[in-house]
Amino acid sequence: MAVLAETRGVAKHFGALSAVDSVDLAVSSGEVVGLLGSNGAGKTTLIRLLLGLLRPSGGETLLFGALPSMSTRRRVGYVPQTLGLYDDMTVQENWTFTAAAFGSARPALPESVRGSKDELVGSLPLGLQRRVAFAVAFSHNPELLVLDEPTSGVGPLSRARLWQDIRDSAEHGTGVLVSTHNMEEAEQCDRLVVMVDGRVAAEGAVADVIGSRTVVQVTCDDWRRAFAVLDADGLVVQVQGELLRVPGSPRQVEDLLAGHDLPAAVATVPANLEEAFVSVVSRGPRP
Amino acid sequence: MSVVVGGDGAGKSTLLRALVGLVPLSSGISRRPSKEEIGYVPATAGLYTDLTVEENLAFSGGAYGVVGSELAHRSTELLERIGLANARARLGGQLSGGMRRKLAVAMALLHRPALLVLDEPTTGVDPVSRSELWRLISAAAAGGTAVVATTTYVDEAHRASTVTLLEQGRSISTGAPSEIVAAVAGKLGVVRSTAQPQGLSWRWGSSWRVWSPTDVLPEGAEPLQPGFEDAVIIACLADEQEVQPVGRAR
Repeated sequence: MAVLAETRGVAKHFGALSAVDSVDLAVSSGEVVGLLGSNGAGKTTLIRLLLGLLRPSGGETLLFGALPSMSTRRRVGYVPQTLGLYDDMTVQENWTFTAAAFGSARPALPESVRGSKDELVGSLPLGLQRRVAFAVAFSHNPELLVLDEPTSGVGPLSRARLWQDIRDSAEHGTGVLVSTHNMEEAEQCDRLVVMVDGRVAAEGAVADVIGSRTVVQVTCDDWRRAFAVLDADGLVVQVQGELLRVPGSPRQVEDLLAGHDLPAAVATVPANLEEAFVSVVSRGPRP
Repeated sequence: MSVVVGGDGAGKSTLLRALVGLVPLSSGISRRPSKEEIGYVPATAGLYTDLTVEENLAFSGGAYGVVGSELAHRSTELLERIGLANARARLGGQLSGGMRRKLAVAMALLHRPALLVLDEPTTGVDPVSRSELWRLISAAAAGGTAVVATTTYVDEAHRASTVTLLEQGRSISTGAPSEIVAAVAGKLGVVRSTAQPQGLSWRWGSSWRVWSPTDVLPEGAEPLQPGFEDAVIIACLADEQEVQPVGRAR
C-alpha cells in the first residue's frame, strides 16, 4: 500500500519545550492508524506538523511524497474535535461552502444526512452533527483523513455508524489517522501509535501494544476491604463490578491480602488496552 | 457503583438532576438521602476557577459544615490522593482538565457523602487521569458511599455493579454487565468481508457484526459469543428497530 503521509525524525520545539521529538510515523492507503497519548503528549502538534500547519524544528514531513502545501491540503480531509462546521448555516450551506473552498465539484449530499439538509447545523443532535462533519470532510474525496476524537459524546449506535463511514472510506483507499482518548475507538484501528512526552513509546496492532502485559485479578467476598488494603499499599487498583484488577505480581497481592486475613482468589489475566496504555505511559519513552 | 451510559441528548444529566432533586418530576418518584448526605458534580462545573485549590475545598467544606481541624485533615488526605498536595495555592483555572475533574470530585467527597453523583466525570479526560479518577471514585465506593456516574464510554460501564443504558430519555436495559450480556436474545455473528451483510449489522474493526433476533444467522456469518460492547449495541438496535426479544435484563 502506498504511503500517503510520513514524518521522518520530525521534531518541534517551542522555546525549551520539546513538544515532538524525532517521530517517525507513516499512514498508508487503506489503513486506519490510531494516535494515542495523554494530554500534552504531542498528538496535536504532530497532526499540525503533518498537515503543514506548523514548520518542523527538525526532520521532515511528507504528504503524498511532497512537502505539505496548499495543493496537498486539497487532498486531506480533517475533522477537528470541535467539528469545524458553521452552526448558523444549514447542512446544505455547509456542504456547498466547503465544496467551494476546496474548489471541488458539487456532488449531491450523501444519503446519511440528506434528510436534514435544510436544518441549521447548530440545531441538530451531536451524533448527526458529527455525521455531517464527516460527510463534509469526505466530500472532496480526500486521500488522507485526519480525525480528532471522531465519536466523542455520541451514543453506542451512532458511534458504530460513524465507524462504518470511516471503514468505508478506508476500503476505498483512504488512509485514516484517528487521534483519541477512547479505548473502544482505539480498538477499532488497524494499528496504534502511542506517544509519551513527544516521542513514540509503543506502536503496532492492539495486541502488540498490550504485548505480554498482565494484571492481577482479585476475587474477594469483601471487595471493599480488599480494595482499601491494596489501595493503601499504593497499588493502582481498578474496580470491575466486584472484581479488582491490579498491576503487579499475584504473589505480592496474595500476601498483602492474607496479611489482613482476607481470603481471595488471585489470577493473572491479560491486561486490557487501557491498562497497557497506563503502563506504557508510566514507564515513559522507550530508550 | 452504578453507571448510566448514553450519548449526547440521551437524558443522562436530567436523570441525575431528577435523582438529586434539582428538577421537579413530571411523574414518578425519586428517593435520595438528605441534601447534606449527597455529593454532586455536574458535567460542566464543580469548582471555582478563580479560587485556589485550597479555597475551593474550604468553600465546599463550609457549605457542608466541614470546618477547622476536620477540614484541614480531610483536605490533606484528599489532596494527597489526587496528587495536588503541593498545589494548594494554584488557581482552579490553572489546573489541567483532568486535575480539575479530580478536584471537583474531591470537593464532593469532603463531607463523606452517603451518595456521590457524578455527571460525565471522565469525558475528555486522558486515560491515565481517567484511571486515577476511577481509583478515587472506587475508594469512596469501597468506603461505603453509593456512586452514580454517567458516561458516553461503553467500556467504563465494566466498572459498575449496575449499568443503565439510556436512549432518548428511556432506560432500554438495566442490570449487571453480565446480566446485560446474558439478556441478548437471537444470534450474533461475525462476517469477514467488505460488503455489508443482510440484516442488522455494524462495523467492528475491519469486519462486520451481524445480529439476528431469530436463531438464524445470514449466510457466511460465523457465530460469536457476544461481549458487553456487542450486547449494548444489540440492545440499542433492538430498541431502535422495535424488535422485541431483547430488552430489560431485570
